[in-house]
Amino acid sequence: MYRYDQFDHKLVAERVNQFRGQVARRMSGEMTEDEFKPLRLMNGVYLQLHAYMLRVAVPYGTLSSVQMHKLADIATKYDKGYGHFTTRQNLQYNWPALEDLPAILEELAEVEMHAIQTSGNCIRNVTSDQYAGAAADEIDDPRIWSEIIRQWSTFHPEFTFLPRKFKFAVTGCSNDRAAIRVHDIGIELVRGKDGDVAFDIYVGGGQGRTPMIGKLIGEAISREDLLAYLESTLRVYNMSGRRDHLYKSRIKILVHDIGAEEMKRRVEEEFVLVKKQGVLELPQEEVDRIRAYFEAPDFEALDDECAELTAVMASHKRFGAWVNTNTAVHKQAGYAIANISLKPIGGVAGDASDEQMHIVADLAEKYAFSEIRVTHEQNLVLAHVKKADLFALWETLEANGMGTPNLGLITDQIVCPGLDYCALANARSIPISQEITERFADLDRQHNIGELKLKISGCINACGHHHVGHIGILGVDKKGTEYYQVTLGGSADEFTAVGKIVGRAFTEHEIVDAIETIVEVYLGLRESPDERFLDAYRRVGIAPFKEKLYADT
Amino acid sequence: MAQHSNKLAKIQAVTANRLLDGHVVYFTAAGEWSDWVDDVVLADGKEDADALLAKAQPSVETRHIVDPYLFEVDQEDGKMVPKSVREKIRMAGPTIRLDLGKQAVARS
Ligand code: SF4
Repeated sequence: MYRYDQFDHKLVAERVNQFRGQVARRMSGEMTEDEFKPLRLMNGVYLQLHAYMLRVAVPYGTLSSVQMHKLADIATKYDKGYGHFTTRQNLQYNWPALEDLPAILEELAEVEMHAIQTSGNCIRNVTSDQYAGAAADEIDDPRIWSEIIRQWSTFHPEFTFLPRKFKFAVTGCSNDRAAIRVHDIGIELVRGKDGDVAFDIYVGGGQGRTPMIGKLIGEAISREDLLAYLESTLRVYNMSGRRDHLYKSRIKILVHDIGAEEMKRRVEEEFVLVKKQGVLELPQEEVDRIRAYFEAPDFEALDDECAELTAVMASHKRFGAWVNTNTAVHKQAGYAIANISLKPIGGVAGDASDEQMHIVADLAEKYAFSEIRVTHEQNLVLAHVKKADLFALWETLEANGMGTPNLGLITDQIVCPGLDYCALANARSIPISQEITERFADLDRQHNIGELKLKISGCINACGHHHVGHIGILGVDKKGTEYYQVTLGGSADEFTAVGKIVGRAFTEHEIVDAIETIVEVYLGLRESPDERFLDAYRRVGIAPFKEKLYADT
Repeated sequence: MAQHSNKLAKIQAVTANRLLDGHVVYFTAAGEWSDWVDDVVLADGKEDADALLAKAQPSVETRHIVDPYLFEVDQEDGKMVPKSVREKIRMAGPTIRLDLGKQAVARS
């Protein structure tokens, strides 16, 4: 894992002290709310419906067990005993008091964490593939490149006041687990001409009010040119992006307005200038220095076959189901990637109690080289677990509400906080999610339905990624009452698509039945159990779903 | 954003978040801020409501609260009931965590 150097320590410590002064001045009246608000936002502090909210950055979703213990301790000491893992791979506390925030940030700094780049119109915390360094299919570890981008972008003086927020995502291979095509810049690691790691750069993707799929602008950009290319792209955006209209100021609107070709031309024009200056050439030694932080742990030489595991799977149905759905192939023989579901039936997606956080940290220490990942789908991952340890790991998870074998199934939903917490919300997301998970609680039924990504947002900002859900649910407000609009056919992988609205919105009381109807239509028309919901939808289109849903209207 | 107020609304009151902890508070007849919606002072019609909001404004300068605004209220069985779902949730706490927010605290 990356460890702070002296500059990082100094920078974060200075930032905490500055914020302590700012909070004191706000409380003494030296500063008005208008003056204070942008400063608190730069430190990840929002004001939500019931209280302040602190968003803590988890760079590219990687945490040490020491950091996880600290997150749990803060939840106990300063909050209400839990935290919420978000689609940005961050953690949010929902109840901190203003006067405690400097102390919380100081405690975070003790374990090399902070809340920088979690808000404001800057380059936000970089997100990445949760299987980094473990996936059998990756070209290189995307965390190395995410960390390089983090170092280049943190407090970048030219990009501190961009037209709007700016989000990067990096995936290590062509199987996109980081939703890169719905980010302002999405980066896919590829092989360059010489066989070295190179970078495909997708620009102008995003969700929110105007969902767009990123366009491939830079192809197989070399290692030495990576930062120069990104800097050039940001410059074009900073100069030409609109600042006159909140909804039109993301880079996706610029790319849409001028076209991908023109965007590419402008970036390349700028790139020539940036390259001439030469300062942004990324040297191999620097990459090697960062790479050293992400070296593979000391794996044991094991057989890939684990007879012990096969035997327990056969005798223990729920565990067998968990191994089949929640573990992924590891590049090292005898190891597996273990996904920890934060989606128990009837639970709050992405929430973890302080106790659960401690347990995950302990399990990481015991079984997974003390390392934890947060996924953009609001689950946790232990990336390197011996197959022979999986049962013991799962037993503890299961005993503590984190062993649900539902990864990628209909109850493994992305759900934003919605109107239960969020000041921008139109409608509640969480209770709708809970009801759907309860309706589909039966595991055999879920497995029979197969892969189905359901995503719920409480407003058009789309933090719950509803546009790219196979089934998306968007909360809307009609005269103070909650309604839910359904989209079908979205997807956030290498075949990214934006879902289509199926028809008029449903009430709170209708929505769960509507989802069940959609699932039943799918089961009725699929050609075989291997035809996933999304495949079937792509084959038949929206009409059969629409017909059934609105048959009586 | 969920509806806060409506120009044609009859009965409104003023709410805000307390600066120190961000908690929801309500403007009372005594010109103070209470944790409880039942303590609100009501304004009938737009003129009254604007005047009430103006009266609440100095609390921003004295750093007691942030972002005061008007919201619609009904009275049911002597209880104040905000009209919108948003304000009902602010009044009580998250609907999915009944152990949190004002709903979890008995009024002393
Ligand atoms: S999608 Fe809307 S309601 Fe949900 S967290 Fe984002 S801003 Fe809040």
